[in-house]
Amino acid sequence: MIRVPVARFLPSMRTLAIVPPFLWLALFLLVPFLMVLKISLADLNFGTPPYTPLLTFEEGATQLTLHTQGYARLFSDSLYVTTYLNSVKMALVTTFWCVVIGYPMAYYIARSSPQVRALLMLAVILPFWTSQLLRVYAWVGILRTDGLLNKALIGLGLISQPLEIYRTDVAVYIGMIYAYLPFFILPLYANLVKMDLRLLEAAYDLGAKPWQAFWQVTVPLSRPGVIAGAMLVFIPSVGEYVIPELLGGADTLMMGRVMWGEFFTNADWPMAAAVTCVMVLLLLVPLALFQYNQMKQIQAGREGASKVPTNA
Amino acid sequence: MIDSRYGAQHTTDPDEFVRVADVVKIFGDVVAVRSVNLSVRRNEIFALLGSSGCGKSTLLRMLAGFEEVTSGQIMLDGEDITAIPPHRRPVNMMFQSYALFPHMTVQANVAFGLKQEGVDAAEIHDRVFEALDLVQMAGYSRRKPHQLSGGQQQRVALARSLVKRPKLLLLDEPMSALDKQIRQKTQIELVRILEQVGVTCIMVTHDQEEAMTMAHRLAVMTEGQIVQMGTPQEVYAFPRSRFVAGFIGSTNLFTGIIVVDEPDRVAIECDELSRPLVVSHGVSEPIGMEVHVSIRPEHMVVSRDMPETEENWAHGRVSHMAWLGSYALYQIRLDAGKVIEASVPSRILASLDAPGIEDEVYVSWDADSATVLAS
Repeated sequence: MIRVPVARFLPSMRTLAIVPPFLWLALFLLVPFLMVLKISLADLNFGTPPYTPLLTFEEGATQLTLHTQGYARLFSDSLYVTTYLNSVKMALVTTFWCVVIGYPMAYYIARSSPQVRALLMLAVILPFWTSQLLRVYAWVGILRTDGLLNKALIGLGLISQPLEIYRTDVAVYIGMIYAYLPFFILPLYANLVKMDLRLLEAAYDLGAKPWQAFWQVTVPLSRPGVIAGAMLVFIPSVGEYVIPELLGGADTLMMGRVMWGEFFTNADWPMAAAVTCVMVLLLLVPLALFQYNQMKQIQAGREGASKVPTNA
Repeated sequence: MIDSRYGAQHTTDPDEFVRVADVVKIFGDVVAVRSVNLSVRRNEIFALLGSSGCGKSTLLRMLAGFEEVTSGQIMLDGEDITAIPPHRRPVNMMFQSYALFPHMTVQANVAFGLKQEGVDAAEIHDRVFEALDLVQMAGYSRRKPHQLSGGQQQRVALARSLVKRPKLLLLDEPMSALDKQIRQKTQIELVRILEQVGVTCIMVTHDQEEAMTMAHRLAVMTEGQIVQMGTPQEVYAFPRSRFVAGFIGSTNLFTGIIVVDEPDRVAIECDELSRPLVVSHGVSEPIGMEVHVSIRPEHMVVSRDMPETEENWAHGRVSHMAWLGSYALYQIRLDAGKVIEASVPSRILASLDAPGIEDEVYVSWDADSATVLAS
């Protein structure tokens, strides 16, 4: 009798477990992106679809036609370059303020007693229970010239003329910082809450004042949390559409709005696709850095875990 | 009932370096430490020994300054440090988990304490390597803690806690994170280093072997109090209570009533023995009093022949025997039902014709090897 080791030819459980997420990513991320990439290399065409096919069959031969004028225009027309730079700038400023405001918040929550912690985390997550659109609209009501903020400040006698915030970059910043702050707090909180507090005791024991211990121990150890949170704020902020559209002025240039304009106002699908592709590339760089950082962390953790004998 | 009078020794020792006076720690409505008094001499290695929850760690954390003292006073080298925060105390601690900073190299870990003091870079470098040389870790200065074995981490932690030349070094369960095989070797090595640098040291441990190997003196703690203090030999040979006798080493306990009280000879009658138990020393209780007697397994002599004396022996059967290399541990069920332990050195075992399970044996002991316990 011949025994065939069937198990050897079947995919392992590990492989099977990895397949669904890969399939998901391929179907809903890779395929759509390839479609967008394809459109970005086509030419404008009046009809349905509103772009030319890449492959044509003429006289029995297959012909591939790539149009790169969309990309050329991106770099020749200063509007696009300015928009990209402005989007990155606005995302960076938003990220910066999220770090400045979010770090103390995450720190305070992580160092509270478990009951208070749960309550405060709920407060951070609570806004997610309503639609973001509604929350941004609420900011319109607050920031408008005759809005709540101005009424309150005038009522208190602090200002005599209403502040011009609505329809400016400041309003966009306020909206974006507000909307993305929880994304910064959550990963940082997760990092800070699992920190070994004996390390701080060790620092005090060795003569560090509380703030010295904070700068030399807590801050460096929370770096992975800060990076993760900053990425979660920066990446979606670059492509943000709703907030600049609702709170920003006509001169608030952001990629999301330009994309919308190309697509719906100009009906220029190839151009909109080109804008998108370059933005994805622009986001790939920080994403790759983020991934690299995460992998390094995991690897360091693994090495550490395997080399230190745990013995009670 | 735990007698606190053994913990309180209000003598003024000229060599006294650390003094813990009437220290109490209360968490909410839990009394973790109740009125502890102890004094530690200069360059002494002192162990606080007790099982978990006995208050030894809380006492250590109060010495480090991590916990505030509810009442009482802690003196170090003539200075009252009770209210001084941890970062200004000339006290350093080696943590149970070592608490090495994971993001710093070995060198940066050891340099940390000196950096906070504002020592200049050249001196920091020299002192860090001096400390690393002391623990033979200078070759690992660029490694991160997670690249080191448990034993190496421990040595870095020791270097880090010694580099500031503290007046008092605290060790929190120094061996608990190490493998059993390297523990004993490390204990001896650690004592050698501590004696070489000449530092006063208070350690906390639940392991009586560790305390006996390392400490010059030790205090046994239970329920937030010190129940006995002395050199390891004193505490082992003259335990004052059943708790201490059982905690430091294993022992056989008998309970009986004093029937004869003569100088150098006290006879105790107990239900667990068919013959009187005679003790030659250390009895102050009157006739008719119930007392407890401790006899260590190594003082129990096992033989196949009936002893010729009238007292201090019993007849029984072997119920269990374990051979542990240098000695054999016997469990013997006495005629009255009590099971006692006796350890027999291997070299004697052969001449005894090694009694096996269910064999009839006699156990006997000397009058001066039995200790009467106060409680």
